[in-house]
Amino acid sequence: MSSTNETLIVPVSQAEKRQKRALVRGRVGLTAYLIFLLLPIYWLINMSFKTNAEITSGLSFFPQQFTFENYVKIFTDPTWYMGYVNSIIYVSLNMVLSVSIALPAAYAFSRYRFVGDKHMFFWLLTNRMAPPAVFLLPFFQLYSSVGLFDTHIAVALAHCLFNVPLAVWILEGFMSGVPKEIDETAYIDGYSFPRFFVKIFLPLIRSGIGVTAFFCFMFSWVELLLARTLTSVDAKPIAAIMTRTVSASGMDWGLLAAAGVLTIIPGLLVIYFVRNHVAKGFALGRV
Amino acid sequence: MNKIENNKAWFLVLPVFILVAFSAIIPLMTVVNYSVQDIFDPSTRYFVGTEWFVQVMHDAELQAALLRQFVFSLTILSIEIPLGIGVALLMPTKGKAASLGLILVAIPLLIPWNVVGTIWQIYGRADIGLFGAALNAIGIEYNYASNPTHAWLTVVLMDVWHWTPLVALLCYSGLRAIPEMYYQAARIDKASRWAVFRYIQLPKLTNVLIIGVLLRFMDSFMIYTEPFVLTGGGPGNTTTFLSQSLVKQAIGQFDLGPAAAFSLVYFLIILLVCWLFYTIIMNMQNDKRG
Repeated sequence: MSSTNETLIVPVSQAEKRQKRALVRGRVGLTAYLIFLLLPIYWLINMSFKTNAEITSGLSFFPQQFTFENYVKIFTDPTWYMGYVNSIIYVSLNMVLSVSIALPAAYAFSRYRFVGDKHMFFWLLTNRMAPPAVFLLPFFQLYSSVGLFDTHIAVALAHCLFNVPLAVWILEGFMSGVPKEIDETAYIDGYSFPRFFVKIFLPLIRSGIGVTAFFCFMFSWVELLLARTLTSVDAKPIAAIMTRTVSASGMDWGLLAAAGVLTIIPGLLVIYFVRNHVAKGFALGRV
Repeated sequence: MNKIENNKAWFLVLPVFILVAFSAIIPLMTVVNYSVQDIFDPSTRYFVGTEWFVQVMHDAELQAALLRQFVFSLTILSIEIPLGIGVALLMPTKGKAASLGLILVAIPLLIPWNVVGTIWQIYGRADIGLFGAALNAIGIEYNYASNPTHAWLTVVLMDVWHWTPLVALLCYSGLRAIPEMYYQAARIDKASRWAVFRYIQLPKLTNVLIIGVLLRFMDSFMIYTEPFVLTGGGPGNTTTFLSQSLVKQAIGQFDLGPAAAFSLVYFLIILLVCWLFYTIIMNMQNDKRG
């Protein structure tokens, strides 16, 4: 719209003033919210660099005796750092498994109608929404009886309960955005289905696959209830190690804070790449 | 988009079906099996029919947990939805600031749930936490570990902190889908800020808000880890929600029968909301695709 047009209709000075005031108020509101959001995290980081003596002796916004001791302890003690390794192993297993089996299924849902497709799609959703607490005991018995208890694969499989449906839903959302003419053209050109799928279709939904992988990673990473129940020693996730050590060693706040900070980092590292798709992922691919 | 009728597509879905069936149907059948039996040890069990269901429906503790659950879910929804819309309206829309805003707002969603509990456990303590100390400094004797009201409020505040970003992100992406033309038309009509929100932005947000409300309702309905770490369900039972009461019964007391019956009732409630979610979303999609 041209500026001359605007001056004809709205008195500029007044409208501009109003807009500016609204902008300032907006900035203030947003800043207040961000402070509310970041202050608890800041406090955690602040504490992770303090010694326990300093933490219990009083409050301060910056560590007086800056120390890396808590982090050093985590990176040198195998019972601590193996927790991170275990978590990363089962989370990665789960991510690869979920995305690779969800890809063909999502393609089927986005392109074909078949007997029971709607029911199947709904049933998948119910598994994403099912409370893990309901499945806790049966899972424990199921994995114990097939000898998978306390292995990474057990946790990876258990997390498939909610991650596979999530992956199918998100991928279906992305795939439906690809015109069907592309499939048809490829078939006319003599591509077989597997070759078309790998050579043409997958590159087209690259970003969708990336986003899905991120969300599988994330939801597996943040889950504790199932991961804790299905492991005891060899595959114990970091989240469970945190809760145990705290009660045993009489509240080692600094160490707890440091361990907490380290669990936030993986998510923070990859969120940048999917920032424009976070909403789509959280809404199960439906935005 | 017109889909082709082709039952061979089942072969593509089969791996998903097998895997999810392994981790959903078998456990669910186990639960059903337990819910109708009285189990003393693996070899001594009796068929009791619907006895456990009757008992669970009349169990005062579970009814209380269910009530607490509903009050909690409705409370957090009534805070998170308006707050999320507000934040989404204020978030910067262009350039580096927009990226930074998105990432900052998304941070709480990426934190493991037990760490969320830990963060608030530390933050709320009167001796070492900023939040607790600040409240005590201005004269409120705040202690979430012993005062039931404070414990409940802290859990609500924690959930608002944790999940408002989800609503904000959904609304933000909904707002981005509104064409600039609409706002220009509003400027020409000298529409007030409120009118723009009420007649342009809110209608366009309906879809994402429905998704947001249903997701938050269902996810808050299975909240477990955060209150478990923060308060352990206490003091008393003030912050014991459904999942926690179920875990207590199944693992703590090992009452398999009642716990299983409880699980099924719990699952049915979720199923109902889930079906609502599915129907609405599918209708939305059909409208869009015309």
